[in-house]
Amino acid sequence: MIAQALEDEGVEFIFGYPGGAVLHIYDALFKRSKIPHILVRHEQAATHAADGYARATGKPGVVLVTSGPGATNAVTGIATAYMDSIPMVVLSGQVASHLIGEDAFQETDMVGISRPIVKHSFLVKRAVDIPEVIRKAFYIASTGRPGPVVIDLPKDITNPYEKFEYNYPRKVKLRSYTPATRGHSGQIRKAVNLLLAAQRPVIYSGGGVVLGDASDLLTRLARELNFPVTSTLMGLGAFPGTDPQFLGMLGMHGFVEANFAMHHADVVLAVGARFDDRVINTASKFCPGAKIIHIDIDPASISKTIPADVPIVGPVDSVLTDMLELLQEAQAEGQQTDKAALAGWWEQINEWREKWGLWTKPRYDINSPLIKPQEVIEALWRVTDGNAFVTSDVGQHQMFAAQYYRFNMPRRWINSGGLGTMGFGFPAAMGAKLAFPEADVACVTGEGSIQMNIQELSTCTQYNIPVKIINLHNGYLGMVKQWQDMQYEGRYSQSTYEHSLPDFVRLVEAYGHVGIRVDKKSDLEGAMKEAFALKDRLVFLDIHVDPHEHVYPMQVAPNGAMRDMWISKSERI
Amino acid sequence: MRRIISLLLENEPGALSRVVGLFSQRGYNIDTLNVAATEDPTLSRLTLTTLGDDQKIEQITKHLNKLLDVVKLVDLTEGPHIERELMLVKVRATGAQRAEIKRCTDIFRGQIIDVGPTVYTIQITGTSDKLDAFLQSVGEAAILEVVRSGVSGIARGEKVLSL
Ligand SMILES: Cc1ncc(C[n+]2csc(CCOP(=O)(O)OP(=O)(O)O)c2C)c(N)n1
Repeated sequence: MIAQALEDEGVEFIFGYPGGAVLHIYDALFKRSKIPHILVRHEQAATHAADGYARATGKPGVVLVTSGPGATNAVTGIATAYMDSIPMVVLSGQVASHLIGEDAFQETDMVGISRPIVKHSFLVKRAVDIPEVIRKAFYIASTGRPGPVVIDLPKDITNPYEKFEYNYPRKVKLRSYTPATRGHSGQIRKAVNLLLAAQRPVIYSGGGVVLGDASDLLTRLARELNFPVTSTLMGLGAFPGTDPQFLGMLGMHGFVEANFAMHHADVVLAVGARFDDRVINTASKFCPGAKIIHIDIDPASISKTIPADVPIVGPVDSVLTDMLELLQEAQAEGQQTDKAALAGWWEQINEWREKWGLWTKPRYDINSPLIKPQEVIEALWRVTDGNAFVTSDVGQHQMFAAQYYRFNMPRRWINSGGLGTMGFGFPAAMGAKLAFPEADVACVTGEGSIQMNIQELSTCTQYNIPVKIINLHNGYLGMVKQWQDMQYEGRYSQSTYEHSLPDFVRLVEAYGHVGIRVDKKSDLEGAMKEAFALKDRLVFLDIHVDPHEHVYPMQVAPNGAMRDMWISKSERI
Repeated sequence: MRRIISLLLENEPGALSRVVGLFSQRGYNIDTLNVAATEDPTLSRLTLTTLGDDQKIEQITKHLNKLLDVVKLVDLTEGPHIERELMLVKVRATGAQRAEIKRCTDIFRGQIIDVGPTVYTIQITGTSDKLDAFLQSVGEAAILEVVRSGVSGIARGEKVLSL
């Protein structure tokens, strides 16, 4: 029944790992399923791979794990998906119904453990309910504000010797679940009037624009209005990164022009963004002069940290469509944006950009004999024509990738923004590559992060998943070191490896992959090209970069405003 | 401000733990909690009281509404409503105290529902304030045990919380 329901749901891949409680299910997959199953080497990787698949395609990722340790190993990946609102369905085995609560072998209360990190969960009590529960799970995971759903399946209800009639419901009704389908038209009208009157507007675009497939609409609206656009870490690519209207990322490691524009704005249009603490810096000092319009599918995200002047609850695509329509009407009636004010605003922004922007001039030492991590990302961008799926782990490399890879398309930038999970990048890249076998998929990582799921090199051998791993090898837990440099007088407490790192080239070779070590600047571009030319091979580029580089800009915290930033080790603006 | 939030909840395993978990997860307080089945066996009615400013209460109600088990929600304190709490108190009652406690119980319209040689068990209903006032009148020294049901409530007039 489970295998059939997953097929009926159109599932393309199952990422999982077998064990006692799910053996009936695995046997059913063996006997009859057409859905390819990817056997990972650790359940955490199964969830991240399913997550990467979901982020790349927009379809829910599917995970199958056993009870007890299988389920608990999946927890980090479920939490990662939850924090970034990623649709995912996790089927976890459970001990037989009569053993529940008895501390049975490999029993764990999965519904309980996962409760704060799921959109919803089910403990299936009767086999006949399986199809409906699966249908509901996919529906809940992928509609409204998406998120992971856990289905806990006691072993006895998957018993193949008991047969039931199978009915896959096409539609499900949930009386307590009705996500908004349209924004409030009065509010949208108010927003349009505010936008038209704005002198110093900024569009602050978030991950919701990517998840809500509203990139084109957002881009149209921004161009129509000629407003500057900044994006959160999660929203990169929703508005084209190479467009002159794009100010770069905002927030803790955001661009000066983006953070300045926000600070000085009179109208902020937030679309599918949630005013996260890594974006707003100090809430009380955030955008002191701005009226805030906030569009989000989740009412609980609105006015959570920053009160909205014009809250609009609804799917971003539908709200933006309505907004464009109203805008056209208003323009037809002769209402226009304040062109002169906008011209002045752009002049100001371009001045900031000239002075501090990361893309107008290199802001790192290009004459250094050492390879700079920023250069690596720039090379990656050139070699992949800016079109690759780039996943990342968490740390300095993640921020460099976000700053320097100018994403022009949504769903190409895949990273754990909310939970900040080291170990995410590599399995997520596997999921993206399986979904798009023809596309270039690169995982930008560091020695710390990659070792958190490095066992997946074996999975890539088994299924031939030729992702490229770009290891920005700085010999430290770089982001930790940066904070220790800045706030702890350089006391590197447990952020060094003391010469314990493996020879990554030989390590990946042991798994049957290609490893290339790069420590000369002059070799960088060539090695990058070589890696991507090897279409059918997993290539691990171990790139030795300047160990002491910091990520800048970096907002001053605590108590800083958006505009307060370090722009180098010694300059604060 | 103190709020009385009342929910219709799916009568499903795990539903209550999701509500309670939400409060601990997000650092909200529950002062009282009361839950039981309704005339519709698929629904429970849950009433809780909590303290918070408007912004906090708005967040609480939004998050509660997001739970799939929460079918309907009302903040009773937003309109005219009736609130009741049931309390059982066991008090030491000997000598002259016996008459005194009886009188006090009458004033608060309570009932003595069990009598022992040295104790009374008193039942009393009303708003939480009234129950507090009763406890104060009896005095801490005499109180042996207090059992309170937590607040339940209902809107005044035609307004009903139903599907
Ligand atoms: C699972 C997990 N543990 C710890 C952290 C805290 N943390 C954030 S960045 C970082 C250092 C990452 O080092 P590395 O992967 O080498 O990347 P780099 O910063 O050097 O580029 C750590 C330990 C985390 N984000 N995730």
